[in-house]
Amino acid sequence: MYSEKVMEHFRNPRNMGEIPDAHGVGTVGNPVCGDMMTVYIKVKDNRIDDIRFKTFGCGAAIATSSMVTELAKGKTLEEAKKIGRSDVADSLGGLPKVKMHCSNLAADALHAAIEDYEKHKGTKR
Amino acid sequence: MSRAKRIYMDHAAGRPVDARVIEAMSPYVGSLCGNPSSIHSFGQEARQALEEARTKVAELINAESKEVIFFTSGATESNNMAIKGVARRNQHQGRHIITSSIEHMSVLNPCKFLMTKGFRVTFLPVDQYGFVNLTSLEKELTSETILVSTMYANGEIGTIQPIKEISRIVHRKKAYLHVDAAAANGQVPIDVNDEDIDLLTISSNDMYGPKGVGALYIKKGIRLEPLIHGGGQERGLRSGTENLLGIVRFGKAAETAKKEMPIESERLKKLRDKLIKGLLDPVPHSFLNGHPSKRLPNNAAVRYSFIEGESILLDLDMKGVAASSGSACTAKTLEPSHVLRAIGLKHEEAHGSLLFTLGRQNTEEEVDYVIRIMPDIVKRLRGMSPLTPKELME
Repeated sequence: MYSEKVMEHFRNPRNMGEIPDAHGVGTVGNPVCGDMMTVYIKVKDNRIDDIRFKTFGCGAAIATSSMVTELAKGKTLEEAKKIGRSDVADSLGGLPKVKMHCSNLAADALHAAIEDYEKHKGTKR
Repeated sequence: MSRAKRIYMDHAAGRPVDARVIEAMSPYVGSLCGNPSSIHSFGQEARQALEEARTKVAELINAESKEVIFFTSGATESNNMAIKGVARRNQHQGRHIITSSIEHMSVLNPCKFLMTKGFRVTFLPVDQYGFVNLTSLEKELTSETILVSTMYANGEIGTIQPIKEISRIVHRKKAYLHVDAAAANGQVPIDVNDEDIDLLTISSNDMYGPKGVGALYIKKGIRLEPLIHGGGQERGLRSGTENLLGIVRFGKAAETAKKEMPIESERLKKLRDKLIKGLLDPVPHSFLNGHPSKRLPNNAAVRYSFIEGESILLDLDMKGVAASSGSACTAKTLEPSHVLRAIGLKHEEAHGSLLFTLGRQNTEEEVDYVIRIMPDIVKRLRGMSPLTPKELME
């Protein structure tokens, strides 16, 4: 059902956890739907310096969260904003069709975290 | 236990076919080329094998004779035949059907189909354990009600319905009672006479027989319209040359189940209770789905808060254990199981559900292994979940 790459990220998720003093935080999905994820970012010189995630959900939800943190780390904010759902799915060697909509929210969470950062830029958090 | 040894605890989804059941056909192989409907000796040998299997299935449920057993392609067909068949044939007496909200899709969907044909269907609520609400049943039954369809036991939460009480209520109002016993047959003794059941769905694979064969018990005197018209096999109610190979093996499976049930069910109950205790006791925020004692001997259904069922299944699978979940993400639809919703679970509670269904080859050692690995799996996934309360993270 899942590609080896998905299973590998599910088994060993990258950048899992929280950043207590994050510059931006984005949460998408909700527990009612069965998938919810939060992405935390730290920004330095307009680049994503550190990124972490926490996810409630199925294997695809966890693997896509892990993958999006890997794709975004070190990227400029402009580059990170261009990371889309399909980039995440492609990097994982594809996702089952039924998972494409419900569990592939990680890119959205990343964008929400960047938006949160930009909204609060300059203000003390 | 090494990774190479795999543990199968998903018997509600599918069972291995018993080796003795496969052998049941071997005396006939080569000689059974005849069609049971043919008059020559080849045909008559096939007929005899077919009727012996019919007797064995009848004996499993204490039916009055073998003539009330009709072979089908499985429980789905049996349920369709019972519901649509009774409804169409008896609609002059009324067009109301009652069923419960936790039935299998092969009961719910024929009922919904009949709603498009002018029938009225009532879906009874169940309580937190999954027991059909008997007060509602009594209230909803009218002179228009021709059929009540309820399952004997629910495969997903294990709950066994009080069939005798249900049949008393149904028969007081002169409706027919159809019982889907697919999840229960072979595990608990079923007696269609004592429990006063009018139609009973029986499946083969749920008692280690082959897939693709089943039966419908139809009490003498009950009339229904066939689904499949043709050469008039199965006394005109189910045409098509009989699946002899499957039926003979189904018969053997029924015979074996009846013989071994008393001892095997006791063994499974002990394993089940140990498994449930071991899954719940060491883990906070964990719960049982279904009733503690009025449940199928092989059914251990639990749920864990803050995590999602499919990821638990994947973790278990990596450790060689096969289980199941009523969770949205494993199904084709994205909704959590209608059964878990009907017993009052919120979406997020239903998502954390996990189902182990035991079988003949499961051992206590295997149960111990599952109990041993479970707390770490829950801990790992809770560690990743944004829903996990802080105090659980330490």
